[in-house]
Amino acid sequence: MSTPSNLTAADQAANAAALSYPSPLKEFWQSFSANRGALIALIFFAALVLAAILAGVLAPHSPTEQYREHLLTPPAWVQGGSLQFLLGTDELGRDILSRLMHGARLSLMIGVVSVVLSMLPGIVLGLLAAFYPTWLGNGIMRAMDIMLALPSLLLAVAVVAVLGPGLVNTMLAIAIVSLPSYVRLARASAMTELNKDYVVASQLAGAGKLRLMFNTVLPNCMAPLIVQGTLGFSSAILDAAALGFLGLGAQPPLPEWGTMLASARDYIDSAWWVVTMPGLTILFTVIALNLLGDGLRDALDPKLKKLA
Amino acid sequence: MLLDIRNLNVSFGSTAQPFQAVSGLDLAINRGEIVGIVGESGSGKSVTMLALMGLIDAPGRVTADALQFAGQDLLGMKAAQKRQIIGKDIAMIFQDALTSLNPAYTVGYQLMETLRLHTPLRGAALKQRALELLEQVEIPDAKSRLNAYPHQLSGGMSQRVMIAMAIACQPKLLIADEPTTALDVTVQAQIMELLVNLQKQNDMALILITHDLAVVAEVAQRVVVMYAGEVVETSSTELLFNTPRHPYTQALLASIPEHSKGAKRLSTLAGVVPGQYDRPSGCLLSPRCPYATDTCRTQRPPQLPLSGTSVRCFTPLNDSGIPSHE
Repeated sequence: MSTPSNLTAADQAANAAALSYPSPLKEFWQSFSANRGALIALIFFAALVLAAILAGVLAPHSPTEQYREHLLTPPAWVQGGSLQFLLGTDELGRDILSRLMHGARLSLMIGVVSVVLSMLPGIVLGLLAAFYPTWLGNGIMRAMDIMLALPSLLLAVAVVAVLGPGLVNTMLAIAIVSLPSYVRLARASAMTELNKDYVVASQLAGAGKLRLMFNTVLPNCMAPLIVQGTLGFSSAILDAAALGFLGLGAQPPLPEWGTMLASARDYIDSAWWVVTMPGLTILFTVIALNLLGDGLRDALDPKLKKLA
Repeated sequence: MLLDIRNLNVSFGSTAQPFQAVSGLDLAINRGEIVGIVGESGSGKSVTMLALMGLIDAPGRVTADALQFAGQDLLGMKAAQKRQIIGKDIAMIFQDALTSLNPAYTVGYQLMETLRLHTPLRGAALKQRALELLEQVEIPDAKSRLNAYPHQLSGGMSQRVMIAMAIACQPKLLIADEPTTALDVTVQAQIMELLVNLQKQNDMALILITHDLAVVAEVAQRVVVMYAGEVVETSSTELLFNTPRHPYTQALLASIPEHSKGAKRLSTLAGVVPGQYDRPSGCLLSPRCPYATDTCRTQRPPQLPLSGTSVRCFTPLNDSGIPSHE
């Protein structure tokens, strides 16, 4: 008597289990974590973010304090080094490790701000170009073509030359330089989406232009944009370092990585660590971000995986 | 009369050399009626419906003597006013169910979005209505499907969701644009049965655009045959299938595989629908018509009433399927 009812209960439980769809986040994590390189990059990046946030607590010294009696101390594992300065000191006796940790704050901020500053207008312009393809779209795309025709670093230097050197202007310059790639990407994916029936269906359901743009089409264009954002983050850090190296970016004594490289240029022969440490930090950060971007792309946009 | 279209013209391209996608189309639909629109690809079936919905964007041009829905003039209506009717009183189902749902949102969200726009329902009542709709289109385990994303559904299931969204506001007219073309045969039958049941339950008119004549024969009360943007024959389903009056209708019926049983080759109509640059000056079918005369090649035939049907032909076929002049 009780067996049939038990069976149906068990059936129901089985059905319910089979039909509980995995959450999108879980699905994303499953495909992302399958990529070992991306996972390592994520850990490195998380450590970097942590070091940047906690620099005030974790850093052994102040980034600007000059230990006059310890000028150009080599790293701890090299002869003549001391445990007091793990990665050595620079030409003014400042602790390189502490400067790198505080510099991470600047670099991450430059990355975030310039990506946001170029992504948001880039998406809006790209969507406008896709929705009004005749004159507005053409105008936007030709303007982007002009920006693309100039070498990006040259354009950034020109922007900084107009606005004046400094951290804020560096971020603005980088944002302006990387704008075209977001516009083109947003426009291309929006145009693909616009041809699909669900856009017509949502027009039929009474959606207005703004709703169509931001609510219907944009979420379906986000995958390539997120990937481009991650890669743009790393190139922003590189560009900022380049501008800093040229003396157009963050100004000393700010511990920006590029600026550190520039001021240590004279000691390449005598004190290799002063140049090597910031250089390696930039290298690892950029590699980690690129791996992260690749991992995100594979997880978010499996169509692109085959192309790579 | 629910829908009254008179002399609808849709053209694309330059004004100097326009391409007439639809020309002089008259169509009247009554409340609760099922009308089939048939014709081969490129005959203007879908464009007609998009024009009705106001979805032909520039450079396309739409003109009509009348475009009335339930006594309201759709032509002179403002966009905002039109949006009140379209989506609520007129709904549409598309051919490819897999691309008709927005991949970024769950089924439940999309259903509730439509309901929120056109009904006063909010909160729990909204969710309840969405659930009811999914149950109405016979989706098993509707409750958990509310949280499913479109990629987690099969084609047939997606089409059911599309139908649920279309009937969400109890439309007076449902336009189904080849609703079963992208589905496999067993699912096709289920979806058609569902559509007809819903049509009966809600007493809505149903326009069924298809090139599957079998489907039309089974469910439609009236059939409109289109060719190259023109209506060539309008008649009741029974009359049309028994005694086609237009040579094109005859050819369409002859090309149904079942009618060629025993024959070595399937019957076909040679040639294709004329495009922008190869429009004949006379009857649009004349290059392909086996009965074409010199008159056919030089003059456009008008739409003429003929024993219960309406035919665009100089020499309509008689009961034995032979042109009347012979």
